[in-house]
Amino acid sequence: MMELLADRASLFALTGAALVALGFYGFIIQRAPIRRLIAFNVIGSGIFLLFGGASYVGGGVDPVPQALIITGIVVALALTAFAATLAVRLAESGGDDADDDGDDDEDRESDR
Amino acid sequence: MTLLFALVALPLVFMLASLAAGRRAPRLIWLCAPLMTGLSAWLAISVFEGGRGGPLGGWPVPLGIALEADGLSAALLLASAITAGITGLYALGAYGRTDRETTRSYTFWPLFYGLWAALNAVLVSRDLFNLYVAIELLSLTAVALAAFGSRRAAMRYLMIALAGSLAYLLGVVLIFASVGTLDITLIGERAGEARIPVLTGAALISAGLIAKTALFPLHGWLPPAHGAAPPAISALLSALVVKASFVILLRVWFEALPGLSDPAVTLLFGVMGAAAVLYGSVLALRQQGLKVLIAYSTVAQLGYLLLVFPLAGGGEAATPWAAGAWGAMGFHASAHMLAKAGLFLAAGLMIHAVGDGRIDRLEGLARAMPVTALAFALCAVSLMGLPPSGGFIAKYLMLIAALASGQWPYAAVILAGGLLAAAYLFRPLARMFAGAGTPELARAPHRLLALAPLALGLAAMALGLFSAVPYDLMVIGLPEAGQAGLEDADPGS
Repeated sequence: MMELLADRASLFALTGAALVALGFYGFIIQRAPIRRLIAFNVIGSGIFLLFGGASYVGGGVDPVPQALIITGIVVALALTAFAATLAVRLAESGGDDADDDGDDDEDRESDR
Repeated sequence: MTLLFALVALPLVFMLASLAAGRRAPRLIWLCAPLMTGLSAWLAISVFEGGRGGPLGGWPVPLGIALEADGLSAALLLASAITAGITGLYALGAYGRTDRETTRSYTFWPLFYGLWAALNAVLVSRDLFNLYVAIELLSLTAVALAAFGSRRAAMRYLMIALAGSLAYLLGVVLIFASVGTLDITLIGERAGEARIPVLTGAALISAGLIAKTALFPLHGWLPPAHGAAPPAISALLSALVVKASFVILLRVWFEALPGLSDPAVTLLFGVMGAAAVLYGSVLALRQQGLKVLIAYSTVAQLGYLLLVFPLAGGGEAATPWAAGAWGAMGFHASAHMLAKAGLFLAAGLMIHAVGDGRIDRLEGLARAMPVTALAFALCAVSLMGLPPSGGFIAKYLMLIAALASGQWPYAAVILAGGLLAAAYLFRPLARMFAGAGTPELARAPHRLLALAPLALGLAAMALGLFSAVPYDLMVIGLPEAGQAGLEDADPGS
């Protein structure tokens, strides 16, 4: 298993690099927020794969990159969820600049 | 150590408490603001006495997370605690309803405390990945707050922030793969072994951070996001958020890779900074809206921060003027925090009063709102770099460093930037004092709100009047450069 991993480490890293390139192309080309968000996730996955592959130095699995990759995935998940919500709210408000929350106007006019 | 941990953890505790407290959440700021300011002041004193911090939770450094505060972090922590505390109190005017819950008064406070925690985490972290998590939390809360003003601008900001975070992460991966550590000090020791991959990683990290800081060529997202947000939020974004990513940029080049930077790198940063100063100022001159003008002024003022790269000489040379340039950068960052937040808060009150954000509509406001106008003028004086403000000390030290090191083009840029700042800030000021009548105004949400920008303006002045102590604090832990060189030039000694 370890030998297999050592052989494949560069393969994983190169696959990661290819994913980064693909995702980067998508991020630049696409204009719709959701598509760019997907591209962001493709790049993110590529970086995590690259992280795992490139930091493999042989002699067992290094726990540090693994812990960092998991943290990175959590961060990416949070960002994705937030960005998706923002994209949906932006689309619902017709892409307009919105000060349209009812309570905001009340806040502004409330003279205490 | 416990103190550093508390500075990061306490805002997080308040974030949870504000979620749990429901409609009483706004009142928590009365507890949080003095507490955080007191703790930051305590930290500044203990850094003076030689305390630096250490690993978290008892794990040794390569595995554990080290928190550490040098003089610059202590000074910025204190300045940001004052800025965030006063801005939080000001936000009570807009998000302070306790009689019933509104969506915005419920969502503002957790985001505000989250932003504060992330900012403090950035300032005391010494580990590239830890910094990544902190800067992501900061971006997330900042974008969510920016969406209070304009969702479209927030979306644009978010896309830039996402691209920036990917570039940063890729850079971190390359550096980890070549030197096998993420601790900034350890990278500094090992970076020489793998120069090319480490420099590639540093380039990616820098690109990501430049986008997040809105430094010159990548600044396009900042004016719409900061200009459209409500005043308290603009103040947080413009004063605090952009400084955090800049501090990481400093840590990477000055502490992780001091021996690797090249004259070309410092020249590139210097040219970008100079271009930002001139371009941002010229665009600020052309704006019709008060808040957008202040937002473009942020683009210009951030450019000054980049001038620390050529002026402090990339850090590897213990040049006599490096300490002065480093201190100047610290002064500029702190003074800009206080003054820019004050400007946005004062502008918010004025725009609320006249019901219109155009500069033309400010006529006669100095008579109707004297305290607010005074606050605006005090903050403007600091941004222009006129004595006796903190901004003056910053620009004076920068000028001395530029001339002492023979880099006169930067001296010219610093002088031109000061003149342009005076030109664009006199436009609104002149309108405020113009005319003869006193305009009819809407009432402010609370009559004491004008004290918030006034306090920030006075703090920016105090930074200049009592400059010796903050200067000595900022050069503590100065990376690899002589501290004694500017004895004659330091106005405090």
